[in-house]
Amino acid sequence: MAEPERESFPNAARAFPAREGASGSDRLAGRPVVVAFACTYCAYTAADLAGAMRLSYPAEVRIVQVPCTGKIDICLLLDAFEHGADAVFVAGCNLGDCHFREGNVHAKKEVARCRRLLREVGLEPERLEFFHVPASAASLFADCAREMTKRACSLGPNPLRATPAGDLGKKLALPEDLPPAIPPQDLGKLKTDRANQQKGA
Amino acid sequence: MAPAFRDVCRQKSFIVTAEMGPPKGTDTSRLREIVHQIGSSVDAINVTDNQSAVMKVSSLAICRLILEAGGEPILQLTCRDRNRLALQSDLLAAWVLGIRNVLCLTGDHVRIGDHPQAKPVFDLDSVQLLQVVANLNQGRDLAGNALEGATDFFPGAVVTPGADPLGPQILKFRKKIAAGARFFQTQAIFDVDQLKSFLDRAQPNGVTILAGIVLLVSPRMGQFLNEKIPGVYVPERLIERLAEVPKEKRLAEGIRIAAELIRAIRDTGICQGVHIMAIGREEKVPEILRLAE
Amino acid sequence: MIVARRKPLAEIEAVVQDCTQVLVVGCGSCMAVCQAGGEKEVEILARQLRMRARLASRCQIVDEITLPRQCDPEFLRPLAALVDRYQALVSMACGAGVQLLAEQFAHRPVFPALDTLFLGVNEGPGTWGQRCLACGQCILHLTAGICPKTLCAKGLLNGPCGGTKHGKCEVNAEKTCAWAAIYNRLEKWGRLELIGRIWPPADWSVVDTPARHGTSLAEESAP
Repeated sequence: MAEPERESFPNAARAFPAREGASGSDRLAGRPVVVAFACTYCAYTAADLAGAMRLSYPAEVRIVQVPCTGKIDICLLLDAFEHGADAVFVAGCNLGDCHFREGNVHAKKEVARCRRLLREVGLEPERLEFFHVPASAASLFADCAREMTKRACSLGPNPLRATPAGDLGKKLALPEDLPPAIPPQDLGKLKTDRANQQKGA
Repeated sequence: MAPAFRDVCRQKSFIVTAEMGPPKGTDTSRLREIVHQIGSSVDAINVTDNQSAVMKVSSLAICRLILEAGGEPILQLTCRDRNRLALQSDLLAAWVLGIRNVLCLTGDHVRIGDHPQAKPVFDLDSVQLLQVVANLNQGRDLAGNALEGATDFFPGAVVTPGADPLGPQILKFRKKIAAGARFFQTQAIFDVDQLKSFLDRAQPNGVTILAGIVLLVSPRMGQFLNEKIPGVYVPERLIERLAEVPKEKRLAEGIRIAAELIRAIRDTGICQGVHIMAIGREEKVPEILRLAE
Repeated sequence: MIVARRKPLAEIEAVVQDCTQVLVVGCGSCMAVCQAGGEKEVEILARQLRMRARLASRCQIVDEITLPRQCDPEFLRPLAALVDRYQALVSMACGAGVQLLAEQFAHRPVFPALDTLFLGVNEGPGTWGQRCLACGQCILHLTAGICPKTLCAKGLLNGPCGGTKHGKCEVNAEKTCAWAAIYNRLEKWGRLELIGRIWPPADWSVVDTPARHGTSLAEESAP
């Protein structure tokens, strides 16, 4: 694993509150948290290569491998910020090179949309970015990681870090009040033995 | 008192009308002056109705004042601000106040005016409004009720010879005639040939057509008309004519241009007269007419 | 379908800011299709509200639920067991759904998260256009399938007006003049006589506000 970098960033003196329940080395306490979503075929390969080439990039960057950036849902990005990430970036293939054809196009739009949602909430949209990182571009991946860590430092800690994400709401299931769905074999029939079916089936 | 516009249309060989916009407020002092300056040169004076959806004092009141000053007014009535009840009510009021001529228009949309948040009415359109006038003239309202006292309006409408597309405009022109329009004032024209080809295609029979003449005062005004006003085309040569002349001489050149157009229309006899729109410079109308002789 | 647009976050936040427990209720029908108030949009709004509450140091719990639609009382029944746990409901349905929700749960404030816009169709990815005014007097058989009451800015029946410019509307130069379009289509079909007659003024008494439609069982069973 690459040695964590010790570059001095502008405003590095600003304290990043240690995250509640943060695991990991003490050396990372009080440092920014940057999350990178990298696609298997391009960006993650580049990140891997960066490691093999012993290129150093900030240890603050946590990489999440996704099969394709097209998998990225806007709520995934919002969740990262809800849970205290200071910066997030999505790294995908170059346009035209996506293994799944247009996943990166979709991801780019989602990132743009999410930036608008962040602005509405009051977070700086610059905390979120999309980069094109081909599989061989190890040093480009390192540059992106460095860039987003720098942004996290200059923008300061995510203001949401001051409060725990906690249990502030969830998706509810529809109560079992609705009549049960009609089983396929009964579609079209006027009478069904529903009561017995519920017991038996 | 001026002769009735209806009689003028029947008897005179070349008819001239002019237009004025009411003030935005209660100061009507300029009004009397204008009537005195142009009253004897023109056969009737239009008063616009919240033109361009900019709120002004009601055309109805100003028409009455023109009557009192000895002029012959044409009430412009649009469908934008009033429903069918208010329109009929205002028409009856106009008759009661001595107004005899009415120009029926659909009206510019509120969004382009100075109260863009207003609710546009358009309960009727110009064709239906002409039918309303025809009904009132026969002593009935739109719901078929008999009136205690009928009107006898001389109704008119507008047409845009340079409309693009032209087909729908001609269709509507014929509907307006069928609905009772007896005179038309066209949108501004700057090319007599364009007017002629429109009239050849439209073939108005038995109605009085007055060609719209706008007083051009600057090259920028010409460009503005071309870009913003639908159906109006100011030829490049006229814009250049104004541009070549020093600023202080442009008004005079514009008057000359208007006069030439009027002369051309009168000499070719393609229609029965002109309607002069000298917006803000109504006092120049007699000069234009003098030059056109 | 009905097309709506979500209100700015600040507006929604302002009405619920004093509530400690809020339920965002989505609609899986028109509002999901026009991407204004479906399950996904509920997820996004709930997250944004939670983040705003934390940033403003407010204690607020925001739960999410999405119903198939909110314009039929049957679909609202499941909420009955839940409503009392919340101080307010934020409905992501169209104005009709918000009101039915408010009717059924009259003891709880129901706030709209959307501005309902119009009856319309999908014109392309992410774009919807208005097509119908619900005037109660459909004339599309006479106007080549183009509605002048909706697509003409002035709603004229004897159009066009003098503001038509190169087949575009004077109010918005990007909008096609409905009457130019109707004329062109009928001309191609050779059926201009459909708009040749003078149309009488519209009958607005056909649609009262508020309008109602439907028969009672008694009326239906009458011989």
